[in-house]
Amino acid sequence: MRPLEQLARDAEALAAGDAVGEVARQMQICNACRYCEGFCAVFQAMTRRLAFPAGDAHYLANLCHSCGACLHACQYAPPHEFAVDVPRAMARVRLRTYADYAWPRAFGVFYERSGLAASLALAFGLALFLVIALAMHGRLWHEPAAGAFYAVFPHNLMVGLFAPVFLFACAALGVGVARFWRGQSPGAATGEAMREAAGNALSLRYLDGGHGEGCNDEDDRFTLRRRRFHHFTFYGFLLCFAATSVATVYHYAFGWQAPYALTSLPVLLGTAGGIGLLIGPAGLWRLHARRHPLHDDPAHKGMDRALVALLFFTSATGLALLAWRETGAMALLLAVHLGFVMALFLTLPYGKFAHGVYRAAALLKWSIERRQPSRLQLGPE
Amino acid sequence: MSPSSATDTDVLVIGGGNAALCAALTAREAGASVLMLESAPRDWRGGNSVHTRNLRCMHDAPQDVLTDAYPEEEFWQDLLKVTGGQTDEALARLVIRSSSTCREWMKRHGVRFQPSLSGTLHLSRTNAFFMGGGKALVNAYYRSAESAGVAIRYATPVDALEIADGAFVAARAGGERFAARTCVVASGGFESNREWLREAWGRNERGEWPADNFVVRGTRYNMGVVLRDLIAKGADAVGDPTQSHCVAVDARAPLYDGGICTRVDCVSLGVMVNRDGERFYDEGEDFWPKRYAIWGRLVAMQPDQIGHAIIDAKAIGRFMPPVFPGEQAATLQELARKLRLPEAAFMKTISEYNAACRVGTFDHAVLDDCRTEGLAPPKTHWARPIETPPFSGYALKPGITFTYLGVKVDRHAAVRFAGRPSGNLFAAGEVMAGNVLGKGYTAGVGMTIGTAFGRIAGASAAQAAHGAFDAAA
Repeated sequence: MRPLEQLARDAEALAAGDAVGEVARQMQICNACRYCEGFCAVFQAMTRRLAFPAGDAHYLANLCHSCGACLHACQYAPPHEFAVDVPRAMARVRLRTYADYAWPRAFGVFYERSGLAASLALAFGLALFLVIALAMHGRLWHEPAAGAFYAVFPHNLMVGLFAPVFLFACAALGVGVARFWRGQSPGAATGEAMREAAGNALSLRYLDGGHGEGCNDEDDRFTLRRRRFHHFTFYGFLLCFAATSVATVYHYAFGWQAPYALTSLPVLLGTAGGIGLLIGPAGLWRLHARRHPLHDDPAHKGMDRALVALLFFTSATGLALLAWRETGAMALLLAVHLGFVMALFLTLPYGKFAHGVYRAAALLKWSIERRQPSRLQLGPE
Repeated sequence: MSPSSATDTDVLVIGGGNAALCAALTAREAGASVLMLESAPRDWRGGNSVHTRNLRCMHDAPQDVLTDAYPEEEFWQDLLKVTGGQTDEALARLVIRSSSTCREWMKRHGVRFQPSLSGTLHLSRTNAFFMGGGKALVNAYYRSAESAGVAIRYATPVDALEIADGAFVAARAGGERFAARTCVVASGGFESNREWLREAWGRNERGEWPADNFVVRGTRYNMGVVLRDLIAKGADAVGDPTQSHCVAVDARAPLYDGGICTRVDCVSLGVMVNRDGERFYDEGEDFWPKRYAIWGRLVAMQPDQIGHAIIDAKAIGRFMPPVFPGEQAATLQELARKLRLPEAAFMKTISEYNAACRVGTFDHAVLDDCRTEGLAPPKTHWARPIETPPFSGYALKPGITFTYLGVKVDRHAAVRFAGRPSGNLFAAGEVMAGNVLGKGYTAGVGMTIGTAFGRIAGASAAQAAHGAFDAAA
């Protein structure tokens, strides 16, 4: 087995080198042109450099939001022989970033395998497992129970299952992004830089095309669709997270047990977030399906779609649970919902979700870097 | 639109770049039905405009992306200087004034502007940069044209025009005939036509055909077919047919469409030698942005039409990064071998240059006091010995940007036949730029001419199609 393993490792290194080398090749062309400087920070960061070794390529790749503006504006894009396609080259390196900086290192391969089918299979598998477990205990169908979730799955069992998985996801992403930061460290962050980076991340500034009209989807037209659907998704996720956090405080600080009233804060937050997580992922899926073929790396497709699909179904099953929690189907709906939530949490650190963490780090690097004087003196202006 | 029903066309626009689009949009705004014939397939649409990045704009006060002021008189004096007087003052001033107001119109059609790019601060007062460059501008105009109902045919190169008594009748492309009430020719110059370039540059005293060693910086579709046809059918010509704008670009540049990134900006930081290892011109005469345009011709005069820019480690990081890495060597001898230069002659040139350097206070941002003494040709600024390894060399060859030959027009953009303006045939862009820019160049002026005359030609054509055009007015 060893030679085979060695071969696989070599092939992986070659692929990584290829992706990084391709970014370096394209950036050398872009750096001699610079027409795209107004679109986003990638090209502004590029002009501070003369060469693009791996650390810099990883940094620029994660700074890229794959908006597509530079591809459509590019005089050197295919069919030009220079074949400049920055969004695709950057996407290929991003995949390497996630894999190379992954913790544990061996789990990096999951990124390439976290496709749509695998993620959904995991979700349905877990749901089925829970449903069967309930059925074997004869608790699948029951009298309407006014949403007494803990009668089905005791609270401590749920905490015992989800808390470790969630904490592991945080640790895995945290270690990965720390490794990424050290790959090309720009120095210490000031408060000003952190505020700016947070603003850029939370507003998705670099999906605005530089002129505020948005990014490209299927053609050279600019639209705000992707930015808005991403906002629905991200803020929907945050609201759901807030709902869970508030419920946790209710549970432990006040001893108030679920189910909570429809007008209670956790349910209101969760419902709003859940609606966001239906609209956002559905919109992103549609845009992704119609995206110009040159925008993205085909190897990303499964990973991209897996996350939006899991988010959508997590939300849909959660809202269904809310709607029918007082019926006899509550236990079944709860089992299915928990299956999806568990699949989401399990795939969180080794799927598309990682992009948010690495991109935020890259944005912070940029906000730090651009406040420093350039090391280059490119002659008479 | 089927060609047989093309008599429904008020305005036929021949071309697909900036001037053609400005003409089509303006004519459409005036209510005319418009058909555009772009010779290139869709992927390559837009002609040389896709390689541009800004237009030169007159303005009397700071504007969104333009600093300070650039009044009409200063713009005119700049134009007068670069053309050496080969310009038409009335048409030039028309273009200049139009540049002060055209940007609002451009924005309405989706063009966006950005502050001058890094490395181009010297243009922040005079030139408004297109966000994303010329291809983004072209894309915006095509989107606007499509949504306004302009019919567009790609991959339709016009072979010939039917002209009767100075009036446009129809255009022929392949087996198709496109009749229309009026026509705007905005089909560019002839710089992609290698045979024509060969003929224009001729044979030198060494028996070489210099143009055989040129690359074309822009589109491969500017074959000059319509231009040649117009002149053959009696249109008055303007501009020198043997002249073209020519800069020194990296010798590895592609044959076409190398665009802006193939330039190499280190000449003023080192020395330039020819095939025989000899210097041939003052590399430090003036700031590079003011001198880059003469080096194409200088290199074209050298044997094999090749030059080699030689720098040492002191220059690294002080010029815009070139698209291709240079040859690098630890010694000058090794560099000579890598560049296939005669080693002895090259070493003699460098050591004579090094010995002649009188280094004062080096400052690349001003015309400094580092110069050579007793050397021919001299290097009058930024002269420092080439002695710090590693050494780098870039081979350069002439790159043609555009040609000056065009058709004569008046202030309505009407093409003239034996001094009489046509009542329905107009021209815009590179095909008539020679009226304003008889020779030389200054950044962004081609787009200014194309935008101004594109809009004039579109308006005139729409008027003529509605029977309201008075050629004598």
